[in-house]
Amino acid sequence: MTPADRPSIRAGFRLQWEGVQNAYVLLYPEGMVKLNSSAAEILRRCDGARTVEEIVADLEAAFERSGLRDDVVHFLALASQQGWIGTNVGEP
Amino acid sequence: MSTPQATLPGSAAKVGPPLWLLLELTYRCPLQCVFCYNPVDFAAVENELTTEEWIRVLREARALGSVQLGLSGGEPLLRDDVEAITAEAHALGYYANLITSGVGLTHERLTELKKAGLDHIQLSFQDSTRELNDFLSHTRTFELKRRCAEWIKSHGYPMVLNCVIHRLNIDHLDTIIDMAVRMGADYLELANTQYYSWAHLNREHLLPSREQLQRAEQTTRAWRERLQGKMRIFFVVPDYYEERPKRCANGWGTTLMTIAPDGTALPCHTARMLPGLDFPNVRERSLHDAWFHSDGFNRFRGQGWMKEPCASCPEREKDLGGCRCQAYLLAHDASATDPVCSKSPHHHLVVAAVERAQQTRTPEAPLIFRRRESSRMLIERQSSSAAVTNQALASTE
Repeated sequence: MTPADRPSIRAGFRLQWEGVQNAYVLLYPEGMVKLNSSAAEILRRCDGARTVEEIVADLEAAFERSGLRDDVVHFLALASQQGWIGTNVGEP
Repeated sequence: MSTPQATLPGSAAKVGPPLWLLLELTYRCPLQCVFCYNPVDFAAVENELTTEEWIRVLREARALGSVQLGLSGGEPLLRDDVEAITAEAHALGYYANLITSGVGLTHERLTELKKAGLDHIQLSFQDSTRELNDFLSHTRTFELKRRCAEWIKSHGYPMVLNCVIHRLNIDHLDTIIDMAVRMGADYLELANTQYYSWAHLNREHLLPSREQLQRAEQTTRAWRERLQGKMRIFFVVPDYYEERPKRCANGWGTTLMTIAPDGTALPCHTARMLPGLDFPNVRERSLHDAWFHSDGFNRFRGQGWMKEPCASCPEREKDLGGCRCQAYLLAHDASATDPVCSKSPHHHLVVAAVERAQQTRTPEAPLIFRRRESSRMLIERQSSSAAVTNQALASTE
């Protein structure tokens, strides 16, 4: 994933807040992942409009922290490997 | 929203929410698969819940925290309210999965289901050849299933193909995987038959040999390398070939709640066979009460019920004693250690079944297809053997 890529949650996956679990979850065919808060904050911003660069800047502004880039890029790579996100909307 | 919690009697373990809700909308099915996991006495179950009752179940379970929803059966599409049930599920925030043989699916119904908010369809196949598919299901459904797969793709659904694997089709694995790739499946589940219900009756026909299983695993590995994650393949080994037992539905009463067609709430879809357990019915009790306070759900929660060798086993936390139905079917005791476990005093029964599976032979008993008439016959046989036992007991008193 490059800084200019615009990641988005893949078709068939759904990010959703679950009050009973007090967490965001990622739902997919016959499965579910409960997300920790940093994973959820990153995935919430994967809307296919923002670039990786913009997601990092947005998170750093929201949490008043710097140096998040490596963590974000690392997580996005993992999420992509898991098939949760793609870099084009409707990618197979 | 507050988190519903309950504490087990004599234990500090918290009971979590039933994250997975499986609605078996009907036991009716046009297919007659020899490995079906519906109860062998399904013909005795009538009085299916109404649309309104299913909708009430959806609401109550959602409030408990259920979020993954399976609409299954039998063949769920035999009911004409799957669209209405799906629409309610979607509005409540469920991720709705339809688990179907494809019989009853039309282009029109798919359009309606998509509109209702259905998230995903799992389509089952019995084999990659028309002959065996149609033989195993005792129906002419192969071409129909192929058509369904095309429709599902054209409606933009992620597609999970499911093929139940056993002795009679395991050697076709290469062509089964090839077929799934050509159909454009996103996931392929190669679920080896587990031996409950109809599959247990037909076990001598269905349990593969060790050599067959090893070849199948090799084939799967080779395809995984070739596909590089393009289509994900899940391969589930039969419990009989596992070294250690598996948790019962991720742990009895921890994650899964199944509602049978007549409203019986169950910790897993096969638990109904276990004698002496009082499973609640959603017509009489709220889902909250059923999940947290019923005898049926509490009986095998946690570890307090365990006997030896489980009670002092260092792995008891990991496998929670294994599957209760397997314990009942093989050891005739639902609270025994799962006989798949090498420490079980009944493990020799699994070893013997596996050894028989290494021989090339035709079982004496014929294959029993999952039909209503066979189910009725099995119910009669059960009740007459119970009557004989009662008589014997009476005469010894």
